[in-house]
Formats: sequence, structure tokens, C-alpha cells
Amino acid sequence: MAADLMEGSEAIAAAMVAAGCRFFAGYPMTPFTEVLEHMAKRLPPVGGVCINAESELEAVGMAWGAAATGTPAATGSTGQGLALMQESFAELSYGRVPLVLLNMARAQGDYFQATRGGGHGDYRHVVLAPADANEASELVQLAFHLAFLWRNPVLVMGDYYLAHTMQSVTVEPLDFGPLPPADWALDGSSGGTGRAKLLSSLSQTKRRDMAGYDLGQVYVEHAQRIAEMLAAIEPRAESGFTDDADVVVVAYGTPGRYVRAAVERLRAEGEKVGYVRPVTLLPFPDDAVRRAAAGAKCVAVYEVNTGQMYDDVRLALLGSVPTEFIGGPSYDESGFGIAPDLDVNKMKDRIRGVLGRVNGQKAAV
Amino acid sequence: MTQIFEVEGHSTIPTHTAPTIPAKLVDDFTPTLIDYGEHHLCPGCGEPIAMRSAMEAVEELGLVQRAIAVFGIGCYTAYSNNLDIEVLQALHGRAPSLATGVKRAKPDTFVFTVQGDGDMVNEGLQEVLHTAARGENVTCILLNNGVFGETGGHVTATTVLGQRTKNTLDGRQAERDGYPILISNLIAQLEGAAFVARCAVNNAGNVARTKKLIQRAFETQVARRGFSFVEILTMCPTGWFIETTEAPGYLQENLSPVHAPGVLVDRLAE
Repeated sequence: MAADLMEGSEAIAAAMVAAGCRFFAGYPMTPFTEVLEHMAKRLPPVGGVCINAESELEAVGMAWGAAATGTPAATGSTGQGLALMQESFAELSYGRVPLVLLNMARAQGDYFQATRGGGHGDYRHVVLAPADANEASELVQLAFHLAFLWRNPVLVMGDYYLAHTMQSVTVEPLDFGPLPPADWALDGSSGGTGRAKLLSSLSQTKRRDMAGYDLGQVYVEHAQRIAEMLAAIEPRAESGFTDDADVVVVAYGTPGRYVRAAVERLRAEGEKVGYVRPVTLLPFPDDAVRRAAAGAKCVAVYEVNTGQMYDDVRLALLGSVPTEFIGGPSYDESGFGIAPDLDVNKMKDRIRGVLGRVNGQKAAV
Repeated sequence: MTQIFEVEGHSTIPTHTAPTIPAKLVDDFTPTLIDYGEHHLCPGCGEPIAMRSAMEAVEELGLVQRAIAVFGIGCYTAYSNNLDIEVLQALHGRAPSLATGVKRAKPDTFVFTVQGDGDMVNEGLQEVLHTAARGENVTCILLNNGVFGETGGHVTATTVLGQRTKNTLDGRQAERDGYPILISNLIAQLEGAAFVARCAVNNAGNVARTKKLIQRAFETQVARRGFSFVEILTMCPTGWFIETTEAPGYLQENLSPVHAPGVLVDRLAE
């Protein structure tokens, strides 16, 4: 299939349609707006529906209703809009409704929101973090597959750069394997059979079954399913130059691309540095981080926030290797958009600083 | 041969032969679309009557195998797992959005919400207004008793002035607690609303009218005329802190004068 020149937002929209998505609802907010615009153009010609909802709450509600009919559906926003939707994400998880969620994030302050979740109770959902439009095209389709496989929401974490950067993209339907039949999906037809379907976060057990009403049991079984899901899904990460690295830098999303470029240039200059770019943020690629860190003197974490994924890196390493946070909040005057710190030369300087400190410490010992 | 033992001071019935009038169980009075006849709602509650009316309307209009009910959160949620039609459970206040998504994704389904006044008029007011304004081809059913029944009788956005609630023990006062929202009147102003009616289930005549209005609302959706809405005033003696037997009269004297029953919009015939 021929490649097309398109921005990440369009690649994401094209990938959703390729994955079978036929319902999308959203509320405009930069840098999510363009995804909504592209879906409004792309869904009607394939018989799908795109609604500009009156709020993020209604957007997630509409997508939830469509998803309940077994229609592959998605919604999204930026972190602010996702904050409004968190209650629904939790209920979608308890109610076992598959829905794909997009966070076209402003900087990287939403890492905790995405991976810890702001909803109520003991739920989790998978988080996928592409670094460019081609990877987004694959991960968006994977998100639909995982959502239907596990009947749980899946979040794709994009950002401002991904949304707005034009690049050559190939979007073609990907096959991730068979899915169980969507026998839970509502279409009205089971009414009057004595076995009418119920899709509820409060229990899928009907009174006629006389099984009693035990919401506690519902939550326990839900937690078991989530644990099974997180254990079964293989974490993904990209890494490079880690074999003999003194310093391994961990970064995700667009900053992960900058770190990769900085590490490549430092290697060309003879510096012993490597990188790991987590692709699944939940489940977090603990093993990949541990393997990369083996033999390193320090694992540095770069994020455009005050250090959120840094917690997960430290949990993966459990003190086995010293760590250092070398990121930080960085914004243009809009409060999001282009981060002045996202500059390969600045990043090289920070990584060199870590190299100097760890090798200097060693020399001092 | 039937032998009757007389016990002084007690009337007696023969127990070793079948009664001449067959005994009836609670399920004998239960509409076929309600799975299980017993419910755990309080004595005197109006919600089972409203649910029964809605289920009878679904059946009589032949919508059983197209229907999807979207439930809000309140006492009536007890029926969400007790119906022989498909049910989607929503968050508190959010049923109209879910109903919108269901209907847009599957236009041949018949979709209605079941919500209380706390759910629809407090938490989810914008949802029902936007859904009505959009002319969404779904039906929203409001069970309005003017209190949060499930939490034990707290003031809602439809509580009438003077009504005692857990947090307005001396009665709702406008200067302190604001005024009730007359939700049917609000929705009736929106062009997307094709049918809007308010009724009550506090006596046999009103119950019969309620069922007719629900049917009319459902017919509006079947005819694809746009948004249809039925507000049903229901008794909540527990949340009103009165005797069960007083509740129908209390509704008539206190709720009906403010939330006046009647058909506000009917564009089905147009």
C-alpha cells in the first residue's frame, strides 16, 4: 500500500477507521481537535457516525452507548477533557464495555492520569504511547483489538507533536488474531426470550437467576480479570545501545524520539549511552528497563513533567541501579505546544551531565 | 368429604381441599417483561407502578425485541436486572448520552431511559436538555418524586416549595433553597422535543393515563419524529416522611399543583 503524507491526527483517524471504528464522539480541544475533524470527514463515507458532543461527559457517554451495541467506538480529548471522563472510564471497565480512548496530551503531565487513572475504585486500563504517526497507526489498531479481547477500555497516549507533525504514513488494516464473539453486545433482539441481555457495571447477573446481589463479588471478579489482562499482555519497549552503556535514558512518546536522536549522536561521539522507550505505559515494560539497566551506572529518566514515569522506572529497578531525573516541565507561552527543552543539543548536555557525574563519582571512589 | 373444624372466635377455611378460587402469587400480577415479581422498594412507592406501565407499553406496541432500556441510578435501578428486555446501565445522570450512542449506532433499536429527578434534573440536567434539543430519536422517562429516595429523602432540583426533606426539615424555602425546576416545561420549549407530557401514578385514573402517555411517547419514537419525554410523578412516602396511605393524597395536594400533569407538546400527528 502506498504511503500518504499526513499529520499524526489524520493517521490516527485513518487507523481507527481501518480498525473498524464506526462511531466517534468528541469535544474540540487543542491538540485533539484535528482528530475529531478527521473523523467527521472519514466516518460518514464508511457508514459510521461522528458527533461533536456538547461536552466531554456527553462524548464519552455517547461512545459508551455505541460501544454497548458492539460497534467499535472511540472518544478522546486532551488531559483536561480526559479528567472529566474518568468516572466513565472506571464504569466502562466494571461494565466490561470495550472503548478506545485518545489523549492528545499537552506535554506529559497526564502520565499519572493515564496509568493510575482518576476514576473510582480498583480498575486499570492498558495505555499505549506511540512516538510517531506510523507507530500510532499500528497502536491505535492494537487498541481496538485489546479493547474487544479484554472488554475493557484502552487508552492511546498521543501528544501535540504527534498530532501536528506531517510525515509519510502507511495505514493498512492489521490482523492481531481472532476475537471472541461479541455475544454481550446489545441490539434489542434478546428481549422477551427470558434471557434478555444486561450490560451493567453493577453486575451482569439477573434477578431471575436468584444469585443474589453482591456488588462486592462483582468488584473482586473484576479485579481478577484486570490482573489476568495485565499479566497476559506483553509489554512493549524500544531500546538501543544498552549493552555497554554507562547511562541508559528512559523516555516515552515524542520526547523518546529526541532522546533516541541525542543518544545516537552521543554514541557517534564515543559516549557510552543507551536508551529505552516504553511503548506500553501500562503494563509498564519492567523487564526491558531492567535488562537495559543491567551493568549501567545510572538510569536517567526524561519526561516533560516533574517526574511521573520516573516512579515506574524506580519500581522496575527496585534500587538495583541508581536513577536520576533529567526532565522537567517545559512549555511555550500557550502552556503547551512546543517545549523549548525538546532540543537534541540540550538533551545531549543533560545526558553528558549524568555521564560526568557517574564517572566522576567512580573516579572519586 | 370436607370437614370444617369450628374454633371459637376464628373464621375457618378448609385446608385439605383446593380452594374454589385459585390462589394467586405475586408473579400472577407481574407483567411478562418483569422477570421476578417481588421487589425491594418501599411499600407505597410509585416507581413499580411506573415501571409496570412502561413495560406494558413496550409489550403492547410490539417493541420487545427492539427495546434497549438505559437506566440511571436511583431506587428504580432495582429493576435494571429484573427485566426481560435488554438493559444498559449508565452512570448517575448520563443515560441520555448513552441512549444517544445506542440509537445512532443502531437506528432500528427502540431506546428509552429510566431516570429519577435526582439523576436527570440534578446530576444530568444538561444531558437531557441537549438530547432533547438535538431532537434525538429516543424517549426519556422521568420518575419524579421530588426527593433523593435512595439516600433517604434529600432535597432535589424538583422538590416543591414547602416540602420537607432530610436537609430542608422545615420545608424547602425559596430564599434559602431556590426554586424547583419544572423540567417538562423547560424541555417543551426546545424545538427538538416532539412529545412532552407529565402524569402521575397516584390513583387508578392517573395510572391509566400514564400508560397512554408512555405509549404516545413510544409511538413518537417509532414514527421517528424526534425526542419524546414523559415525566411521571411518583409517590415516595419514605422520603416524604409520611404514612404510606397518605402518599397519593400528598402527591395530589403538593406535587401536582406545581408540576402540573398534562400534555405539553405532541407533534406525533403533525
